[in-house]
Parts: sequence; structure tokens; C-alpha cells
Amino acid sequence: MTLTVTDLAIARGGIPVLEGLNFALAPGRALILRGPNGAGKTTLLRTLAGLQPPLAGRIEGAEDRIAYAGHSDGLKPTLSVTENLMFWAAVFGGRDIAPALDAFALGELAERHAGNLSAGQKRRLGLARLLVTGRPIWMLDEPTVSLDRDAVAMFADAVRAHLGQGGSALIATHIDLGLEAEVLDVGPYRARPAPLDDPDGDFL
Amino acid sequence: MIALLKRDLVLAFRAGGGFGLGLAFFLIVTVLVPFSVGPQSALLSSIAPGVLWLGALLACLLSLDRLLALDWEDGTLDLLATAPLPLESVVTMKALAHWLTTGLPLVLAAPVLGVLLNLPAPGFVWLVVSLLLGTPALSVVGTFGAALTVGLKRGGLLLSLLVLPLYVPTLIFGAEVARRGAAGMEVATPLLMLAGITAAAIALLPFASAAVLRVNLR
Repeated sequence: MTLTVTDLAIARGGIPVLEGLNFALAPGRALILRGPNGAGKTTLLRTLAGLQPPLAGRIEGAEDRIAYAGHSDGLKPTLSVTENLMFWAAVFGGRDIAPALDAFALGELAERHAGNLSAGQKRRLGLARLLVTGRPIWMLDEPTVSLDRDAVAMFADAVRAHLGQGGSALIATHIDLGLEAEVLDVGPYRARPAPLDDPDGDFL
Repeated sequence: MIALLKRDLVLAFRAGGGFGLGLAFFLIVTVLVPFSVGPQSALLSSIAPGVLWLGALLACLLSLDRLLALDWEDGTLDLLATAPLPLESVVTMKALAHWLTTGLPLVLAAPVLGVLLNLPAPGFVWLVVSLLLGTPALSVVGTFGAALTVGLKRGGLLLSLLVLPLYVPTLIFGAEVARRGAAGMEVATPLLMLAGITAAAIALLPFASAAVLRVNLR
């Protein structure tokens, strides 16, 4: 099922940031979001993930199909790598965590507490969570932050495998992942500032 | 749901999880009371039910600010909100985990502390019964307060100000059950009121908590 976005307008903190956004994301495809800082990429991903309501427009085919990965990984420092991953697997319906550990080379860290991992290792664990959700659409917000070059390649392989299985991905990133993907620049959709309140206008 | 409850219990028992803090606070507050009012056993035994209830209530309050704030800080709440689990059951499980790690130990410790305050013998059963019926409401109301203040810096103090007035009905009827029980009087009316308040809180507040959490996550 295709994710379709029609005439979407979104706001952050009550201020409109993007408007008139239209795109479709078919199974097996990836879409890279680009745009300067503050353009509204994170807000767009959060809106599509259902964390906040859109100002206007329609989102179709997103309900209960999205695995969202934001800036924080949602890891508990006092749980081990396995326990963290097992928890998310259980919440999303009890999948095997072994393939996820393998895909991000977390096997030898499995018994380590998440609080003792490096920033890049935490990120890898956060991304491994996507694999245990079993959700078809990945929404990734700057997924490669603090990853080294090998880990970025690992991540790109995981995304390719996911696309190969009929999944899709929407990725906000500033680096080249080497994926065959369309690019959506959100710059042209920037919302025009609302007209200033002018209470005296009628009199002048 | 069970996974969330299990995770919260494991986190509470691991280092820095805060299990036992409420219990230790309850113990210290109760031990301080005889020091402040003096060693008059008649006075102590007449104020014992109220003091024990107030101590238990404050001990419950102590761990509330961590209830949702930690999950908010590390992004877990965002991820849980996009998970197949409805937020209503997330907050219910959070409240249940809070009760199991804070409320239940208080209920079990209260009779021991009752001895320190010279609680009359018939009061022990009713003290335990009233706490057992009342503390779940404290956890559920507290979860609602935690959902209201999630994401606020220094939300803990505001949380106390919001939650303490909401604790008043539970405190009134809970302490009344214990007091009447200790005095050997009829306890049915306050007991039914206490049970009713708890049942209503458990039935209604998870929906309110989930609704404010959705607003706060935006």
C-alpha cells in the first residue's frame, strides 16, 4: 500500500512551516528529505508518524504502518542491548531479535548495558529496533548521526534489504547514503508567513 | 503490555531505579513524628492513622516525577506513541508498575510502623485494608499529574501542587477508615466511599492521562 500525502500543511509550535506538500511513497521505494536546518523535516516526519496532527491536508496509508526513529533512540541505560531490543520486539508483536543484532553487528555487545555503549553503538541499537518492529514504512530522522563509515554502510544495507522486501523508507539526511532514491527538497514548500495583524488597517 | 510492565519493574529494581526510596521516606517521616509531638502514647495512638496515611501519601508523591519524565527524556514515549500499544494502556501499565514498586511496599510496611506510633490493636487490619484500597488511586491520579507535567523543566514541584489537592478525597476517606477502625467503630461508609473513588479513578483517569500525553507529545 502506497503512502500518499495530499496538500499537507504542518506547523511547529503553532507556526506553519510547510504547506502544499504532495508526494507518494510506493512499496520498495525510498525518499530522501532534504532542506536546510529548521525547514520542517523533523516536523514532517513526526506528523506522518502520527505524533502531531497536520494543519491541513490528508495522509493516507500511514496508520499503524510506520516505524519512527527520531533524534533519541529510546534506550534504557540500565538494560542490556538484548533487553532493550527484546522490549521493543515484544511491544511490536514478538519478533526474533537475532537478525537485527546481526544486521548492525551488535552480537558481541549483546550483554553490555546500553548506558556503557558509545554514541555510535547506541545509534546502531536504535536503528536495529526498526528491524524488530516489522513495520513496512521507516521514518528516519538523521539516522546516520554519530555513525562511522562502516556503520553507515551497514545502515544502507539494512535499508536496501528492507526495500527489497517491499518496505519503504522516508529518510531526512544530509549525507549521501548511496541508495537509489528520489530526493524531495522541502525548501520550495516553505509556508509563507501569515499576514501580520493590522488592527488599524480598516481605519487608515 | 506485559512487556512494558516487566520492563518498568526491572528498571525500578536496577541501579538508580528508585525502588525503596518511597519506603525509606515513609519510614523516616513516621519515625520523626514521635520526636516532634513528644512521647505521649495516648496522643500518638489517636493521631497514628492520620500520620500513617499522610506519610504514605507523601511517599507515593516522591517517585511520581520520574514516572513519565525519564521515558520522555530518552525518546521512549515518542516511540511508544507510534507503537501498536494504545497510550491508554501505556499509562495504565505505568501506574500499575508505580503501585507495585511504591504503593504495595507501603501497604506492607504500614503495620510495622503502626507499632512505632502505638496504633490501637483493632486498627491494624483496617489500616492495611484502607491503604490497599486507597494507594492504587494515588498511583493513577499521580500518573495523570505526571502526564500533565511531562516535558516541563522542574516539573516535579508543579506536579506536587497539581496532584496533592486531587489526593484529598482519598486521604479523607482512607484516614477515616483507619481512624474508625482503630477506635472500634463502624467503617462501612468511608470504606465504600474510598473503594468508589479508587474504582472511578482507575476507570476514568487513564483516558485523561492518555489525552494530555498526546497533547504534550506534539
